Amino acid sequence: MLEIRDLHATVEGKEILRGISLTVNKGEVHAIMGPNGSGKSTLAKILAGHPAYEVTKGEVLFEGRNLLELAPDERAREGIFLAFQYPVEVPGVSNAQFMRLAYNEKRKHHEEEELDPLEFKDLLAERAKVVEMDAGLMSRSVNEGFSGGEKKRNEILQMAVLEPKLAVLDETDSGLDIDALRIVSDGVNQLRTPENAIVLVTHYQRLLNYIVPDFVHVLYKGRIVRSGGKELALELEAKGYDWIKDEVGNQQSAISA
Amino acid sequence: MMSQATKEKSQYRSAFEEFAKQIAQGEPLWAARLREGAMDRFEAKGFPTTDLEDWKYTNVAPIVRAAFRPASNKAGSPAQPEMIDPSIYTEAARSRLVFVNGVYSPELSSLEALPAGVVLADFATAFTGEHADLLRESVEQNAAHDEDAFAALNTAFLRDGAFLLIPKGVSVEAPILLLFISTSADPDVLSSPRVVVVAERDSAATIIESYSASGDAVYFTNAVVDISLGDNARVTHYKVQDESLRAFHVASTRAELGRGSAYNLTTITLGAQLSRHGIEVLFEQEGAECWVDGLYMVGTGQHADTHSLIDHRKAHCTSHQNYKGILDGKSRAVFNGRVFVHRDAQQTDAMQSNKNLLLSTEARVDTKPQLEIYADDVKCAHGATVGQLEEEELFYLASRGLHANLARNLLTYGFAEEIVDKIKIGSIKAQLDEAILNRLHARLEA
Repeated sequence: MLEIRDLHATVEGKEILRGISLTVNKGEVHAIMGPNGSGKSTLAKILAGHPAYEVTKGEVLFEGRNLLELAPDERAREGIFLAFQYPVEVPGVSNAQFMRLAYNEKRKHHEEEELDPLEFKDLLAERAKVVEMDAGLMSRSVNEGFSGGEKKRNEILQMAVLEPKLAVLDETDSGLDIDALRIVSDGVNQLRTPENAIVLVTHYQRLLNYIVPDFVHVLYKGRIVRSGGKELALELEAKGYDWIKDEVGNQQSAISA
Repeated sequence: MMSQATKEKSQYRSAFEEFAKQIAQGEPLWAARLREGAMDRFEAKGFPTTDLEDWKYTNVAPIVRAAFRPASNKAGSPAQPEMIDPSIYTEAARSRLVFVNGVYSPELSSLEALPAGVVLADFATAFTGEHADLLRESVEQNAAHDEDAFAALNTAFLRDGAFLLIPKGVSVEAPILLLFISTSADPDVLSSPRVVVVAERDSAATIIESYSASGDAVYFTNAVVDISLGDNARVTHYKVQDESLRAFHVASTRAELGRGSAYNLTTITLGAQLSRHGIEVLFEQEGAECWVDGLYMVGTGQHADTHSLIDHRKAHCTSHQNYKGILDGKSRAVFNGRVFVHRDAQQTDAMQSNKNLLLSTEARVDTKPQLEIYADDVKCAHGATVGQLEEEELFYLASRGLHANLARNLLTYGFAEEIVDKIKIGSIKAQLDEAILNRLHARLEA
């Protein structure tokens, strides 16, 4: 579904990604872990097409197409979804209105009939159960005045509405208490199907107790330095990131020696 | 050789003499004298020029150059009820006064929903009614401080006005609509609406002051609105300026607040090629509160100027002011918000904000918040911003599949909604939402 080959990227002239290669097939859940500043969130934003990041080398194929030549909104309509680490507030636009617009844009793109507000309301109420979202939050402005947990749940609700092929969840667990983490994870697990794929970007192993990944990749200084199964996450949890840093450091000195 | 300005004055003088002859019958003597005095003041002052600090960014030369004729009921009444239908808010269908091309239209007005004791009348009726003295007092008092030429010009052609009296203790349920509509049947007309509202103590009312047009005629609306709030009175005032895009609109709104009263003004500026709205809120007694909020949304060829003064003369008063602007194409806006806190106005709480969204590189806004504080125990805050849509917000919307244009429009709409949401009358809000979305659509195609 997704193929990243030797991806290099910069932000404001600073190189953040230095050669990432990763293949994600449908039905798989991949976790990208790594210490702060390793480039995890950059990778997530590049997949969604954030304009502040510049790809300087490499390619990204999504269902065989060159993803990098698509605008962010085209990517979304093709089935890519990014759950933001810091969801943006949109004053004056109701959550329901916003999600209906997004939903219908996608329907139009796939030459399907649009839903009117009443039809969409039913659909939204149904999907809201996935994240136990209060109906009152639907008529409020998008994310405005939402608690941290409500914002994250709202992201997963949007995922439930848009039904992406590939969902990239950027630090969705950050700032959540244990109850909210459980609700959000349950929601994501309900949305998991053999036809879609999920990339989890996270600093902590905690989330992976709830959403069990098929693969874990450790990102450090803009490269994937180790890949493995879910047990790699447990190893990181037990030993921290320092041993990875040491190991990478040793390898690099071995190369330069 | 006669200068342009002198020529213009003479033109209004001859129009004035014609006008005076026309209405000589039925006009009280004091009104004729008042108009005469105002005409003299208008001629003495002349139209303001950009040399004046208050008019630095707004050049009224196009108004000076144009040859406007004072509204006249001789033009006949081309107004048909169907024509004003789109401009009638259903909530106020039976509590409305309608003026067409500056002339009062009894046929299109309706007073059925007003409770007993409430007076809503055009000036000709009010001049002979039981509250004639009250109206006279108010009009004379206002004329005494019409400091600029436009106010004097309004008084000089005083005839078609609206008088509203809410007696003490009365709450008027139905919103009261004052509709000033312009049609292409009478181009180049100068309308001089005058509104006098007296809300006696403990009364409450909602007033809608609406300017709209059918067609795209060139005309000039020069309005003066005077509102006095008695102790503990509550007045909600919506002004919707949706004139033709070729029209000129100059207006002044002045509210005098009694003890513990509350004045809540929301202005929406969409129309006119050149508009200027002067607002004065005067805290005459302690413990009063005002909200003065507005939205101006202009496009290519439009210039919208808002000048406001919140005058804290007495202690324990609170003012909130929130103005937002959306500028597209080659447009221009001016916001000048002055908050004056007098020495005795202790415990004043004054907040002012002006935020502007520029949708094009050719748009320009001059914003100038001014705080002048002479009391020492006060809480005052003000701020002004001018900016574009946030990249992060645009990206968020794009990441949900919204096309770039739709994302921009949605954010712009959201920016406007904070002000539009203040309007608690469903049909106005719906109409404004539609007007704003139409504007954005027009922008898409432009």
